[in-house]
Amino acid sequence: MEILKPAIAGTLESSDCQVSVEAGEGGIELELNSVVINQFGNQIRKVALETLERLGVNNVKLTIVDMGALDCTIKARIEGAVYRSQGQKEHLPWGGVIR
Amino acid sequence: MNPNKKRLRRTMMFLNVQKPGLIKDPYIYGPDSIILDLEDAVAENQKDAARFSLFHALREINYRGVERVVRINALDTPYWKEDIRCAVTGGCDGIRIPKTESPMDVKLVEDAVEYAERESGRPVGSVLIMAAIESARGVMKALDICEASERLFGIALSGGDYTKDLQTHITGTGIELMGARQNLVIAARAAGIQCFDTVYTDLDDMDGFRQDVENIHLMGFDGKSIINPRQIRIVHEIYTPSEKDIIFAEKVVREIDEKKKLGIGVFTVDGKMIDIAFYDGAKRTIALAKASGVYRGDL
Repeated sequence: MEILKPAIAGTLESSDCQVSVEAGEGGIELELNSVVINQFGNQIRKVALETLERLGVNNVKLTIVDMGALDCTIKARIEGAVYRSQGQKEHLPWGGVIR
Repeated sequence: MNPNKKRLRRTMMFLNVQKPGLIKDPYIYGPDSIILDLEDAVAENQKDAARFSLFHALREINYRGVERVVRINALDTPYWKEDIRCAVTGGCDGIRIPKTESPMDVKLVEDAVEYAERESGRPVGSVLIMAAIESARGVMKALDICEASERLFGIALSGGDYTKDLQTHITGTGIELMGARQNLVIAARAAGIQCFDTVYTDLDDMDGFRQDVENIHLMGFDGKSIINPRQIRIVHEIYTPSEKDIIFAEKVVREIDEKKKLGIGVFTVDGKMIDIAFYDGAKRTIALAKASGVYRGDL
């Protein structure tokens, strides 16, 4: 899946995270800021990379500002931003690549 | 019949799906059901993002037996069909239809739910439906709505929109809701489904809330929509049968069973005239006591 235009999803409220995506420069560039980076930084990166892989996104600049989000929220915000970058809001593959 | 159709639903707590902090652990407050809201609580430009949150919350958060109902967007919006695909595939227990005005509204949702069940591989009939009544027309059509689908487990009054439609407003006394409340309970009972009351929005007036719950409990409602965990304990307290009620119900059940064998139809228990008409009510009291975790007897 290609990032067609820059997009953002999520908020900076507690337990949420704000994710932005824009077209990459030939690979995945991940920038992470988190209030729990020392405890969960690796886990957040792992979830982010797995989510991108599932969606088939391999050329992206992904920025995550994490406010203590659960894994399910991180996935949701990344998917939200990626599908917004596509302009797709219907006929989504629930249970397919979104799982 | 779906075995969950008649489950205990004293409290149905609204949660904004767009707020991860709210949907991550509401089970700790002990509501019977949660209503994950994709409709009014979610801003127009966040409808898409809210679905992703909903889907993963349903899939990954263990709500520990709390029923998960999803309030979809209204049928006159472009959102509701995708809401249903997302919620059903995510694994929700039920769908709440807002602004229900006719049996056709229920049928439309029923068809979309069945389509989503087949698409996602869930057993057909596993997802229940409830209908919110929010207009004068909806109140007048209540019985037809209640009988529109085998999946429908209940109807709920939504007081805010209803009172606007009636050209009045919420007063806190309940006077403006009397007709709708009575009508909906009667329709739900006639159809053999459950009925839930509207939210009480003044969180600073807990005495008023308690009075409101006592009133709807006496009217016959099965439970109440709530907006804050602080309201749960009061509703459950009012809906839990007292020890006196439970002892009396046990006596009624035992005496009716006993007297039936002897061919006696009418008799007295604790000075009150009792006949078979009391049987179901007494059974219900015991079932409610069991569900509320306060029953120590052996019936």
